[in-house]
Amino acid sequence: MSMHPITLKVNGKPHTLLVKSNELLVNVLRDKLFLTGTKYGCGIAECGACTIMKDKRSIMSCLVPAVVADGWEITTSEGLSKGDKLSPVQEAFVDLAAIQCGFCTPGMVVTATALLHENPNPDEDFIRDYLRGNFCRCTGYVAMSKAVLAAAAKMKEEAQ
Amino acid sequence: MKKNLQLVGTAVPRHDAWAKAKGEQLYSDDFTMPQMLYGKVLRSKYPAAILRGIDISKAKALPGVRAVLTAADVPKNEDITKFGQMRDVGGGFEGLYKVLANGKVRSKSEAIALVAADTEELAEYACTLIEVDYEVTEGVFDPRESIKEGAYVVSSEDKDNIVMRTKVEDGDINAAWALCDVVVEGDYFTTPHEHAYIETEGGMAWIDENEVVTLRVGTQVLEHYRTMAKILGLPHTKVRNMSVPMGGGFGGKEDMTVEMYLALLTLATRRPVKMVWSREESMDTHAKRHPEYLHYKTGATKDGKIMAQEVSIVMDSGSYTYLTPWVQMYSTQAAAGPYQIPNVRVQSVSAFTNNTFSSANRGFGGTQVNFAYERQIEELAAKLNMSPLELRRRNIVHNGDPLPTGFIPQGHIALEELLAKVDKELNRTPKPERLPDGRKVGRAIAIGHMVYGRLTFLHDSSRVSLRVELDGSVTLRAGVPDLGGGQASVLCQIIAEELGLKITDVHPYIMDTHLTPLCGTTTATRQLYMSGNATYKCVSIMKERVLEKASSILGYPPDMLELANRKVYLINNPLVNIPFETVIGHISNDGGELELIAQFNAPFTEVPDLADIKSRLNPDLTYTCHGVEVAVDEETGQFEMLRLIAACDAGKMINKNSCEGQIEGGAVYDALWATHEDLQWRNGITKANNFSTYLIPTSVDVPDVETIILESGGGLGPYGAKGVGEPSDNSIAPALVNAIRDAIGTGLNLNKMPVTAEKILAAVKGIDIEK
Repeated sequence: MSMHPITLKVNGKPHTLLVKSNELLVNVLRDKLFLTGTKYGCGIAECGACTIMKDKRSIMSCLVPAVVADGWEITTSEGLSKGDKLSPVQEAFVDLAAIQCGFCTPGMVVTATALLHENPNPDEDFIRDYLRGNFCRCTGYVAMSKAVLAAAAKMKEEAQ
Repeated sequence: MKKNLQLVGTAVPRHDAWAKAKGEQLYSDDFTMPQMLYGKVLRSKYPAAILRGIDISKAKALPGVRAVLTAADVPKNEDITKFGQMRDVGGGFEGLYKVLANGKVRSKSEAIALVAADTEELAEYACTLIEVDYEVTEGVFDPRESIKEGAYVVSSEDKDNIVMRTKVEDGDINAAWALCDVVVEGDYFTTPHEHAYIETEGGMAWIDENEVVTLRVGTQVLEHYRTMAKILGLPHTKVRNMSVPMGGGFGGKEDMTVEMYLALLTLATRRPVKMVWSREESMDTHAKRHPEYLHYKTGATKDGKIMAQEVSIVMDSGSYTYLTPWVQMYSTQAAAGPYQIPNVRVQSVSAFTNNTFSSANRGFGGTQVNFAYERQIEELAAKLNMSPLELRRRNIVHNGDPLPTGFIPQGHIALEELLAKVDKELNRTPKPERLPDGRKVGRAIAIGHMVYGRLTFLHDSSRVSLRVELDGSVTLRAGVPDLGGGQASVLCQIIAEELGLKITDVHPYIMDTHLTPLCGTTTATRQLYMSGNATYKCVSIMKERVLEKASSILGYPPDMLELANRKVYLINNPLVNIPFETVIGHISNDGGELELIAQFNAPFTEVPDLADIKSRLNPDLTYTCHGVEVAVDEETGQFEMLRLIAACDAGKMINKNSCEGQIEGGAVYDALWATHEDLQWRNGITKANNFSTYLIPTSVDVPDVETIILESGGGLGPYGAKGVGEPSDNSIAPALVNAIRDAIGTGLNLNKMPVTAEKILAAVKGIDIEK
């Protein structure tokens, strides 16, 4: 199988990589860059465990061929916090116990971050609609929508 | 027991929340090693066949393929199913466990051969080169057929398909019908249920420098290492699982998953091997909740006293035994519900079919019967022209009432209160007949009871150890598999509470079979009860030691001292105090022991007579109540869940967040089981084997769960806690379907899952789909 050089900027760091034509972005992130926060859950872009952010929008990396991502700037869950300092979304997920097994969490916090970029003043209906592509089998989603509301309030407070 | 709790009962974040939020928590699929190979399983194309031969030569000849294994390569391919129980039960209770198929193939996707290769693609390709000579046979896919004489026999090892028959009987059922003014009868069917954890099964294995077969596999049962050792012909000491947190379990990671395959491949190649199942492989192969065919007949006097109930259950065990007898005992024991019925007979039979095997799934036999008995109560109320709430009130069990087995639960029974609270909340506004958009509104309540703790004849136990460091921090060592419920963190909370520390002062080291005391399985809603009690026992000994030493230093008796804020202080004068670590330093100087291990044993009973169970089977039960409001579109049969109230007596919340999380998550876990989560089994084929066809609830499919948590203090766990993990999902399914019934005014077509929009629409039109 032919190999292709690509450049990727991930969490602010540039990378030049050789990838196979059929290699998926999720696997490049996990296996070549060791960013294992991005998860495989279903392989068909249904569950959202592989969600990353490109241009402030959330996309599922399990159906993106790595060659298509050439030149992309992306953010993964690992890129949201600054050292030990959690992002407001991550902090709210911790404080409001929106995390149980934690497997959907990286994708969920990335989607929630994109949500707040798009709409800094979401109501609960907007949040629930936005999170519909991220499955969680543990929590029942209650704590998650509360956490996104709390993060929105916190970000507004910090902006002032 | 300590009064004035500081930490227990609070919503303190778990130790692992930060790493999980940052995407730094490592799971089974997140490890790699030098020279690592990839493992794949070749699985059967057919649900029923005879294996006439397997030719692996082409696969083996492929460059980069390092091992190809079949049943003949497994040292002890056949064993009996074990789930970490410390006591051999024997008989029909522990069935055949096979690593790789030989003789008859029992289900589609049964494992036939294993491959290890340099890359995942290569391993997958090598599987396609293995030539399997199948003689395809007819198979049997319905347990009601497979129990009949002359039915196709699923296995090559048995004469028929029966797994187990059992019975619970109380009173005189035959005479009781004469006392009943009203009798209702119904047939119910509950579908297989998929766990759908977001993390599929996977992990890796290697051989360490001491010839120990070492795994990194998330599992609910660390003790599977013993079965592995037996199958491999190794001493127990030569198999180790350095396990990792699971991305969800729900019972689906209670059976062995990738462990044996990885161990065999790493032994055959002497190289590290990784294996991760695809979503389709996971859904095709791992166990499902037992499909059950239930018949209920219930009779009551005209003033609503239930006098008689007769139940028969046929359970689909699928291809192997696994946990079927255990689940069957739960179903049989719980079948009459949390009601005081003087005359009861429950008979059950489980049988093999060529479907995917059935085993543990959250609720463990309780969910199926809960659906049936609460549907039955609703129809009985309709026939009596009585409110379902009133009918339940007149018949629920109270403290001191025996179960039909004769066992009187010792824990508190809060059903009366739960019913009242949910009714008040659900009906805080009068129910409108319709919404402004024309949809009909329905409301209903269902109750349930579910045991926590393992079957008492298994003689269950748990051990934990703790070590106080010289700076006053504490290490907890516990073989407690954490599947996301916060199983480990809650133990830290108990230690911190009793020693007057912050939860961050307690570091949990968990889930390593060589380094952590065995806590037993994270199943049966048992960890808080069992390991919580073991932790409480362990930390109490340490606390006593600290108080005695502080007493000798401060010159006050130990019972006048208490621990808080990293200090030992005089209860009536906190100014008299000594830092915790100073006391620890004194204990260390004087040669005192700062490392402890303690064991908690559950109540033990003898193995019951299965033909007529008349004894205690479990430690205690947890009681739940769910309330649902729905809107039903009479033109399409579609419904929307408008409100979902989940109520539970938790005994005592140890971690408020974790407890609420279980009760919210549990309600949603089974919220759409009855209606949407359909695996579409057709003659042994799982047609809905991925997330685009198998529909689990998303954030828009369910409303905010409104939780009501009672704390009666009447549980057998630490501080009076009960288990909530499994009970929390039991009574939601009947609450939803009964709410649909309330909306459309008929129970027609609502007894057999999946309760689809088509069935609801037919019911609205008065069409019985079975006629």
